[in-house]
Amino acid sequence: MISLVWLIPAFPLAAFLINGLFGRRWLGHWTGVIASVAVGLSALLSIGVFLEVLGGKQQTVVGLYRWIGVGDFSVNVAALIDPLSAVMLLVVTVVSFLIFVYSNGYMAEDRGLWRFFTWMSLFVFAMLILVMADNYLLMFVGWEGVGLCSYLLIGFWFERPEPYLAAKKAFVMNRIGDWGYTIGIITIFLVFNSMNFLDIFNRLATSSMAQGVLTIICVALFFGATGKSAQLPLYSWLPDAMEGPTPVSALIHAATMVTSGVYLVARSMPLFVAAGPSLEVVGVVGAVTAIFAATIALVQFDIKRVMAYSTVSQLGYMFLALGVGAPAAAIFHLATHAFFKALLFLGSGSVIHGLSGEQDMRKMGGLRRRMPVTFWTMLIAGGALAALPPLAGFWSKDEIVAAAFVNGHFVLYAIGIITAALTAFYITRALWMTFYGEPSDHHLYDHAHESPTVMTLPLVLLGVGTAVLGIAIGFPPEQGFIHRFLDPVVEAAGVAEHAPELATILLLAVVSVAAGVVGIGIGVLMYVRHRPDPAAVARAAGPLYRLFVNKYYIDELYDHRIVEAARAIAGASWAFDIHIIDGLANRLGWALAMGGQGLRRVQTGVVGNYALTIMAGLLLMLVAYGGYAAGIFGR
Amino acid sequence: MTHLLSLLVVIPVAGLIPLFIFRRDDAAAKQVAITTTAVELAVSIWMLTQFKVGEPGFQLIERVDWLPSLGISYLVGVDGISVLLVPMTTLLTFISVLYSSGGAIKTRITEYMTAFLLLEVGMVGVFVALDLFLFYIFFELMLVPMYLIIGIWGGPRRIYATLKFVLFTLAGSLVMLVGIVAVYIASADASGSRTLSLPDLIELRGRFSADFQFWVFLAFALAFAIKLPMIPFHTWLPDAHVEAPTAGSIVLAGVLLKAGGYGFLRFGLPLFPFGVQAWLPLLILLSVVAILYGAIVSAVQKDLKKLVAYSSVAHMGFVTLGIFVLNPQGGVGAVLQMLNHGFVTGALFLLVGIQYEKTHRRMIADLGGLANMWPLFTTFFGVFVLASLGLPGLNGFVGEFLVLLGTFKFPGVPLGGLFWGPLAAIGVILAAVYLLWMFQRVMYGPVREAYRALPDLSRLEIACALPLLLLTVLLGVLPQPFIAYIEPSLDRVVRLATDPAFTVLASR
Repeated sequence: MISLVWLIPAFPLAAFLINGLFGRRWLGHWTGVIASVAVGLSALLSIGVFLEVLGGKQQTVVGLYRWIGVGDFSVNVAALIDPLSAVMLLVVTVVSFLIFVYSNGYMAEDRGLWRFFTWMSLFVFAMLILVMADNYLLMFVGWEGVGLCSYLLIGFWFERPEPYLAAKKAFVMNRIGDWGYTIGIITIFLVFNSMNFLDIFNRLATSSMAQGVLTIICVALFFGATGKSAQLPLYSWLPDAMEGPTPVSALIHAATMVTSGVYLVARSMPLFVAAGPSLEVVGVVGAVTAIFAATIALVQFDIKRVMAYSTVSQLGYMFLALGVGAPAAAIFHLATHAFFKALLFLGSGSVIHGLSGEQDMRKMGGLRRRMPVTFWTMLIAGGALAALPPLAGFWSKDEIVAAAFVNGHFVLYAIGIITAALTAFYITRALWMTFYGEPSDHHLYDHAHESPTVMTLPLVLLGVGTAVLGIAIGFPPEQGFIHRFLDPVVEAAGVAEHAPELATILLLAVVSVAAGVVGIGIGVLMYVRHRPDPAAVARAAGPLYRLFVNKYYIDELYDHRIVEAARAIAGASWAFDIHIIDGLANRLGWALAMGGQGLRRVQTGVVGNYALTIMAGLLLMLVAYGGYAAGIFGR
Repeated sequence: MTHLLSLLVVIPVAGLIPLFIFRRDDAAAKQVAITTTAVELAVSIWMLTQFKVGEPGFQLIERVDWLPSLGISYLVGVDGISVLLVPMTTLLTFISVLYSSGGAIKTRITEYMTAFLLLEVGMVGVFVALDLFLFYIFFELMLVPMYLIIGIWGGPRRIYATLKFVLFTLAGSLVMLVGIVAVYIASADASGSRTLSLPDLIELRGRFSADFQFWVFLAFALAFAIKLPMIPFHTWLPDAHVEAPTAGSIVLAGVLLKAGGYGFLRFGLPLFPFGVQAWLPLLILLSVVAILYGAIVSAVQKDLKKLVAYSSVAHMGFVTLGIFVLNPQGGVGAVLQMLNHGFVTGALFLLVGIQYEKTHRRMIADLGGLANMWPLFTTFFGVFVLASLGLPGLNGFVGEFLVLLGTFKFPGVPLGGLFWGPLAAIGVILAAVYLLWMFQRVMYGPVREAYRALPDLSRLEIACALPLLLLTVLLGVLPQPFIAYIEPSLDRVVRLATDPAFTVLASR
């Protein structure tokens, strides 16, 4: 099965080509069927590959052809199939398949349906290249490819300005991160003379490297990861990316693409471990981003924005896990998050769909009676996000904060626990405003309806996954299936995983759950009992509240100050070009023309004068030749 | 011994005869030009198959003594560097002629086609000539038809633009002529016989003193720097592009600029290793400045064609950077970047021209909402924009990445590759900014009523753009076969330019 691994991306690629070439004219809604079937086949193959890896084939390279080779530089188009990529293949294809099915319903009315499925197929293809690549350069193809699809799909409704502005912002911010990625991988080549993962890790294991240059490499790579995975300082494109259709938000901006930065760091773990301080950077940035985004999520009213900031925050947890040396926990959380966050987005989409496009939670309320399936599945996903046992999020998030504690990062642990309480609060608030209480807009409420089966079925399946995935692969904590499965990769990275005592595990779990319960409790008190009333709290919090609502004024800084400065620089350059460089050229031309006017007087028309000039010229040439022959000018 | 290269030089000339016979018949003139350039394209591809991949030296050589008493000969040949540039030239010429015959050119068809065939002679000749005198003739021969193409079939400010173009280029090539004469004189051996044949000159370059190289390399470099163009000699380019007819822009950007980069690789590096070393810091600096400055200035352009023109300055910066870091990765990247820029920017000028034919607007602010009306156009335009901003998987990335890799490896003064590399990599961010911003303003937004009835790409237009699209994808996904052509010869050039024995000799 592993030898057929290239078929996994080949199916979505075929769907992309078929839909792209024939979709607009002939295929209509069949584009969705074709894309879904293709991704479904990829998912089946991925299951097969996963089982084979589980069966003991722990490291297989499947080469296709030599891509670029000049001198000592050579990279192939080749796949590295190991436990890490096998997990990613499975998560990506399965979640994609469910979201593709859902999209058949959600996008049915859109006349750009063919475009949607064309680009979604391309996205899955690129994402699969990203996770399968056996070297940094091919990974970059997937890396940029998913960025492109994200650009296209955020800007899907390109007749309005918000989507295409958000799309451009996303692409440009990712490109800024890619600057780091580029520097990182080229420096890797300079140091290791290869871009191949296995070559690099082998050389790392057999010879000692200067820590300084490894740190530069890792920080540069991580800078790339902050772009793709929306971490500080390059996070602000992700909330804006919610302008895209909701299935896009679920698939690209929650479950898969935004986790590729986590995957990059997990894949590069041996480098990060060897370069001591860079892991600290990852952990701190992750933790700070987690709490930073969670505080913004507290005060949002757009249901999708809540989910977006929540995603930024949860990605922060994953980096926190990597930073404290728990890559297995990071990948575990990546997998569970892919399920419950995709479900939260699809559920939000179902609500939006049922309310004919309304996203403001202040106009919702009481919808649980109108949309029971959506309500129950979102409730499960919300519980998972709030890390309530036995739902999936509990197991993975608990491992992360536990790892922070056990490995001695107490500040990061504290941030993790506080963020957990904030998370529980904002998701309680969001779900309550949407589904409980009295309908705040009766017109909307009366027209609200449950979504069709093609949409609710994926919700149910994701709900089942959210309910059981954690306990299935994460129990017992620190020793669950996912740990045993990823063990070879973790060991190769040289990470020492401390398996804590059972008592410690239980104690930490109690603290985590307590944090979640406190968050939920405050949420219920404020929104159900109005004790204290949310508005009063907002008034009391004053400056802090304004800081959160204005998202720490970062958008203001990026979108206005920095953009204005860039425009000023460009304007000045242009003025320089026109007035100085071109101006000089034109003035030179003018001077020559004037000189020509003067010289014109030489052309007198008197033959005698011409003869004189010719004689003078001849004489000059003779003198010059004589001088040359005499060796004055040298030979 | 084959006569393939001479055939390539002669075919367009031969096309002039039927063109003259049918000079009163526009339709026939178009037919003749299309047929001629198609045959030329076919022969150039055949030549590609006759070329032995993996050998660094010149192949398909033909030599006829021309002015034996002066040591000047008709000497043509190709190596891995030029062998791909020739088919690129013939393809772009064919596409230009094909597109022009579709109604874009309405007056003086015969004269126009004559100019294009003559231009093709010059362009092909530049890439195959191995005698400096012959090279100079072809180099100048490119100038005259382009002068007419811009000056007669150009836009409103065509006279200003074409004069500027000619004066800049001519100034450069006159200085190069002085350099050629100097080389000629310095090539004298004990018996007094001289030569301008490149292979011979490479053998006897030991006769060029350090001082001599310093000045003569400068003379050549000036001509090539203006042609490319490098900053600060670039201001003729936007004006020429804005005023040139679409096909003129395609060939100007696609082929003529490449003569500059090619000249550096063909003559500058192998003949004047010491001159190269001496001027290296300045050339590297100007290359990086071109990458950043070209991109920044592109961002504020209001005219779509001018934006693409300025982006060429940035892209050519990658070419010169790759050449002057003097290692195989950089050099191969530079040659690939020349090819890629030929296809991609040629295609961008084609599409901008097509767009202009339909809307009669070129100011970005006047456009918008085209995506909804023209799905085909949008797809083509989008792919070329993405290739131009260096998206991995398309061709632009391969060249730029290799150049960056070569730059990082560059050990030279001042500061070294670890300074210049990251700086040049910023250009890749900037490319995304100005190209996507342009794309958004031109293509996105609501459909404008004035343009609602305008048709998408016609079959002819698709036929012109499709080969370029396929090459853009092919060179991105499968570049290795092309690299196999380039690498051995490029290695040889880099070795010639960095030959320690020689550099020591020269600096003595």
